[in-house]
Amino acid sequence: MPAPSKNPSPPGLAAVLIAQVRPACTLLLALALITGVLYPLGMTVAIQTLFPRQAGGSPLRDAEGVVRGSALIGQPFNAPQWFHGRPSSTGNAPYDPTASGGSNLGPTNPALARAVRERADALTQGNPGHAGSIPIDLVTASGSGLDPHISPPAALLQVPRVAAAHGVDESAVRQLVAQHVEPAVLGIFGRPRVNVLQLNLALESIPRNTEVSQRK
Amino acid sequence: MSHDTQAGILGDPAAILRAAGEAFVKLDPRRMILSPVMFTIEVGAVLITMLAVARAAGQPGAEHPAFIAAVAVGLWATVIFANFAEAMAEGRGRAQADALRRTRSDTLAKRLAAPQRDAAIEQTPSTQLRRDDYVLIEAGDIVPGDGEVVDGVATVDESAITGESAPVIRESGGDRNTVTGGTRVLSDWLVVRITANPGESFLDKMISMVEGAKRQKTPNEIALDILLAGLTLVFLVVTATLLPYSIYAVSAAGRGEPLGLAVLAALFVCLAPTTIGGLLPAIGIAGIDRMVRANVLATSGRAVEAAGDVDVLLLDKTGTITFGNRQASTFLPATGVSEHDLADAAQLASLADETPEGRSIVVLAKERHGIRSRDIESLNAEFVPFTAQTRMSGVDFDGRSIRKGARDTIVKHVLTAGGTVPPEVHRICDDVAKAGATPLVVADGATVLGVIELKDIVKGGIAERFQELRAMGIRTVMITGDNPLTAAAIAAEAGVDDFLAEATPEAKLAMIRRYQQEGHLVAMTGDGTNDAPALAQADVAVAMNSGTQAAKEAGNMVDLDSNPTKLLEIVAVGKQLLMTRGSLTTFSLANDISKYFAIVPAAFGSIYPQLKSLDVMRLHSPTTAVLAAVAFNAFVIVGLVPMALKGVKYRPLPAAVLLQQNLLVWGLGGLLLPFPCIKLLDMLLAACGVN
Amino acid sequence: MLLQAWLEVVCILIATLLAACAVAPWLAAIFRIDTADSVPGRCESWLERLERPVLRLAGVWPVCEMTAGAYAAAIFVFHAAGIILLVAIQRLQPLLPWNPDQLPAVPWLIAINTAASFATNTNWQSYGGETTLSPLTQTLGLTVQNFLSAASGLCVLAVLTRGLVRRDSRTVGNFWQDLVRSTLGLLLPLAVLLGLVLASQGVVQSFGTAIEVPLLDQSLPTAAATPTKQRIVIGPVASQVAIKQLGTNGGGYFNANSAHPFENPTPLTNLLEIVAMLTLPIASCLAFGRWVGDRRQGRALLAAMAMLFLPFLLIIVRCETQPSPLLAAVTPAIDQTASGAHEGGSMEGKEVRFGPAASALFAVGTTATSCGAVNAMHDSFSPLGGMVAMWMIQLGEVVFGGVGTGLAGLIAYTLVAVFIAGLMVGRSPEYLGKKIEAREMKMGMVVLLVPLIATLIGTAAACVLPSEASAALNPGPHGFSELLYAFSSAANNNGSAFGGLTATSGFWTLSLAAAMLASRLLTMLPLVAIGGSLAAKRTVAESPGTLPTHTPLFVLLVAGTVILVGALSFVPALALGPLAEALQPLPTAAGGGKP
Repeated sequence: MPAPSKNPSPPGLAAVLIAQVRPACTLLLALALITGVLYPLGMTVAIQTLFPRQAGGSPLRDAEGVVRGSALIGQPFNAPQWFHGRPSSTGNAPYDPTASGGSNLGPTNPALARAVRERADALTQGNPGHAGSIPIDLVTASGSGLDPHISPPAALLQVPRVAAAHGVDESAVRQLVAQHVEPAVLGIFGRPRVNVLQLNLALESIPRNTEVSQRK
Repeated sequence: MSHDTQAGILGDPAAILRAAGEAFVKLDPRRMILSPVMFTIEVGAVLITMLAVARAAGQPGAEHPAFIAAVAVGLWATVIFANFAEAMAEGRGRAQADALRRTRSDTLAKRLAAPQRDAAIEQTPSTQLRRDDYVLIEAGDIVPGDGEVVDGVATVDESAITGESAPVIRESGGDRNTVTGGTRVLSDWLVVRITANPGESFLDKMISMVEGAKRQKTPNEIALDILLAGLTLVFLVVTATLLPYSIYAVSAAGRGEPLGLAVLAALFVCLAPTTIGGLLPAIGIAGIDRMVRANVLATSGRAVEAAGDVDVLLLDKTGTITFGNRQASTFLPATGVSEHDLADAAQLASLADETPEGRSIVVLAKERHGIRSRDIESLNAEFVPFTAQTRMSGVDFDGRSIRKGARDTIVKHVLTAGGTVPPEVHRICDDVAKAGATPLVVADGATVLGVIELKDIVKGGIAERFQELRAMGIRTVMITGDNPLTAAAIAAEAGVDDFLAEATPEAKLAMIRRYQQEGHLVAMTGDGTNDAPALAQADVAVAMNSGTQAAKEAGNMVDLDSNPTKLLEIVAVGKQLLMTRGSLTTFSLANDISKYFAIVPAAFGSIYPQLKSLDVMRLHSPTTAVLAAVAFNAFVIVGLVPMALKGVKYRPLPAAVLLQQNLLVWGLGGLLLPFPCIKLLDMLLAACGVN
Repeated sequence: MLLQAWLEVVCILIATLLAACAVAPWLAAIFRIDTADSVPGRCESWLERLERPVLRLAGVWPVCEMTAGAYAAAIFVFHAAGIILLVAIQRLQPLLPWNPDQLPAVPWLIAINTAASFATNTNWQSYGGETTLSPLTQTLGLTVQNFLSAASGLCVLAVLTRGLVRRDSRTVGNFWQDLVRSTLGLLLPLAVLLGLVLASQGVVQSFGTAIEVPLLDQSLPTAAATPTKQRIVIGPVASQVAIKQLGTNGGGYFNANSAHPFENPTPLTNLLEIVAMLTLPIASCLAFGRWVGDRRQGRALLAAMAMLFLPFLLIIVRCETQPSPLLAAVTPAIDQTASGAHEGGSMEGKEVRFGPAASALFAVGTTATSCGAVNAMHDSFSPLGGMVAMWMIQLGEVVFGGVGTGLAGLIAYTLVAVFIAGLMVGRSPEYLGKKIEAREMKMGMVVLLVPLIATLIGTAAACVLPSEASAALNPGPHGFSELLYAFSSAANNNGSAFGGLTATSGFWTLSLAAAMLASRLLTMLPLVAIGGSLAAKRTVAESPGTLPTHTPLFVLLVAGTVILVGALSFVPALALGPLAEALQPLPTAAGGGKP
């Protein structure tokens, strides 16, 4: 079938554009309403009904039910009686959830080598019992600056210091760490890791020099 | 003219010299701008030359003036070599054009006041003849221009145009009524109506085509030009932005020098698709030239290109698939007659028959039955030739009267003579007709001896040729005026894909339309006026030079040899043209990678010495590396000129196989070839003391 | 490196392929490609019921087919309207509801950059998510554009496919119908599904204010700035993360994007997010095969993408799981080798729960698709790892690429490859029966070249403006990489960044916005034009002389064309950035005592 011959006077560019303005505006507003209001609202209602804990940020409560943090967001630790998490490069202060982010130091930036060397020095000094090399995750900043995890060797490295500072048995702490190791899903997905905040909260609940209390 | 053999693909040294001279003339920017790729290179060459002059005059700068000058030379060489390629191609065409022009010597024509032989004659120079003038051409005259015979019959020597030495008959009316300017009337006279104004005749068109004067870019050429222009633009941006990048890098690294303009220009000329950009015009001209060598005159480059795309060929049975005439293939005797007797009688009846059919009967009898042909004089026989009244031929001797002819005629002849026709003769005739052949009945007096089967003989090797075409994806369709039965039999024997029997011009036209509707591109040949609509509809339409003016005007090519088999050659030339373009484009782009390996480490070595580890060729110095790459880039154009003129090797293979082969040769070859070449040039430069 | 890491990578890829196979028939059914098949299936009547109220409201019901010109005009006007709305929402932020933290109006430059960024499916973020945008701006502004920009990408693919399938047709479909169908019929249901699963793993979804908790360790140095409380920001995250991954948008709710534990809390969500961003681009290939009635054609294009993807995946995973030479020289010794219990490789900017291998996979996936979400900081990747990420962007976002636009872009490359290959076999080039002529070549070249040229020229401008070049954080060649990455990302609508760059000045915000708009519109509109001009042609019959476009050789040719164009355009620039960095001699005295 032959195509109809070309329109003798094709509409001007302006006319073609103007013809689309009404559908563009109406559809933009209609779809904005659906995907920008109904969708997030509906999702909020559904998720808060189905997964209320996760929806609100997976809060961690202590024995009294007081919220001590989020299971997913790390906290800064400095005192020797706590397990320390990874270095953090967030906005104004370490582990600041209002300005998440990494250091963005390049792979050959001398500043990175310097920062790592300083952290390694501090770790060697803070953990005099440790002789071997230092796990990489303990001297490098995470991407979010809120990484709640460290690797199991990074936790074990700190056990003698924490036990001594906390005044508890080293083997009890070691056992606590072992209990807090989250393995890879199905042994494939993700890496084995220890949640520092949860570990420290559990540590708080160990009676000094008595048997280790169980995690909540 | 087209049968002259030229020495080698490049021609004689004089032609090369002339082309070399023209390469400089072509530097005129008004001409260069037609090829955007080469134009940008020329602009770069001018700029770098100015820079070299300024530096020589004492302007300060980082790069060595000699280096800048060397790069300028490299740029100019690239442009000039490309022009040389084009001039070579044009030169080859011009040689043919000159030969043609010689035939167009100005003659005095006898212009007639009216289209009658005895009208008043006015001597007029042929260049002043206009369309619709009438001229008288007598024996020994040169035909002053293209025209149509309105009166008279004459033999014409067309060898100046076709190269065919046998004279042809031209007469008014019918399909042999055209004459071409430059040919010579040998006998008798013609009154001709001139059909082309001066400068528009066939000869003129042909001359301007082969000279490339009126060359228009074909659709594929335009698309390829866009691709190349786009790539050139990108490479221009890539090289231009390297200056700011290197400025940043110098400040970041704290050492080295930002890139100089000469290095940037060198990088640009190496990256820009100069190989294909420079050879593109030459490839196009050479394609038309190859067509002309095949004695085909295309009205446009577009038609040549379309020939490569054709996937349905409408072929006339006669002349293309079969020899033009039927030949005796079997003797089928009637009951009670031996085959030998039939053969003997048939031969006797045909001894004096000079038609091809008659000759084939004599030959068959000799071959099959060992019957030597006899001298008709010594037999004292009288030959009875074929006439429109009797519609049979034969021989009378010793009281015998042998006749052969079509069934109806012989049956009537036998019945008149008082004989009877055995029923099996009718049966045999029917069988023969059913098999697509023609029965010829032989009678001796009132006795029917039997039947001679006359068959269309399919040309040897044609089935294999069609097989090849099929592999390339080209369907062949046989066009014949025969009845469907005959057509089917011959089609099966020749191995065509389809046939059109009892073809009328309308049926041909409808068939072409149907194929086009299905998305095919159709080629056909034709000569008669009634072929004109179909020729006009076909995508590639080859008119026979012997055909009518209407057919020639409807077609987009004219075969000067009037050889219907030419269509196959035309397709090959068209494909070869496209393949050459594609292959050289691939080659040109694949080249770039290796040039990076030469230039990038050289250019950035002063800023980041660690990048020298990318210098896999271990080149002598940054200077020699850059110059070697530029030199390779220029020389490769010259090196590929023969390839551009000759075209890449063409074989009838399926597309996937062709792609694999060409990709391997031109793609992989293009990727690898520069490495040894640049290394060699680098060693040469180093040996010459360049540092 | 560990077998487990490779196993993880392979399993995620298999999961992706399965997901794409599942989505492909769904995607294929969304668009009516050929006008000839007018038999409305069950799916068709369901879709009509969905679209009718919306289209009637917009005054375009009953639907009539548009010419390519009208379609392009609709795309242009729709983008313009989207940008205006998004700028307005950001500027009026303090006056609008759902602003619990009383955030002020977004500055003009940032607002314009963000609007251009989200409307073009780039999602370059020059703002800090948590501190700049209210939940309303995030949902009504950003989430909406996440849907619509992905949907319009699919529309362009549909037009191009119609061009190849239809014959002698003056029209190429109706943009509004295509837009509504892909938004409501495909993206929305998928996003709901993914959002729910993500939320189950811990991705937050709330309109509440931030949670404030006292820090467990109150003994931190009492410097003036050190807080004793942690303010945990939450918001409607799951709904946005779902669509930013599915729609290859990449604009996260938080600054750290998918590295943030609230956007990507577990290895399982990491798996889902990688699968989600790759699914639609891969499913597009498979759907394309269904649309053109020859599934091999779709698989061939997918194979070309895979051929460009897998080698670079190997390189980047290998690079990131290797010990960093810079840190290997540090004393006291750092343990960088992976073992069953411990990370190895480069961990700066990466999360422990993902590890370097899955982070590298995420990085190559997010740059190969035009997603641009990150679960690790690309700026801190090893030089070659970072280069792979950058190069995947520079290949023009056609290796998977953006939803719809990726495959459409690859088809533009295919047309160029077909053109050269067609010539090489002695035929006027054709793809799927359509002749490729000057107009297609012209438009195809625009599609290919605009992103390349915008990247190169933008970076050059940044290099010569001393005040702007200093936006780079890292010294040496890496600083150049940051500038180059920024413009590569913007001019290819990716949106990820070498985050060290401070791109908040007038130059950066506006030039990046210009690059994003130019490369989005000047690829989409020419692609629509190609669709229109192809649709008007007749279809050439197939024969053995036709170049087959589904063979391994052809796949190689298409992949080769993409690589060749990418390499020829960017090798010199990459040599001055990541290549120079990778090859640079190590600083000799990284170790040593304290200063």
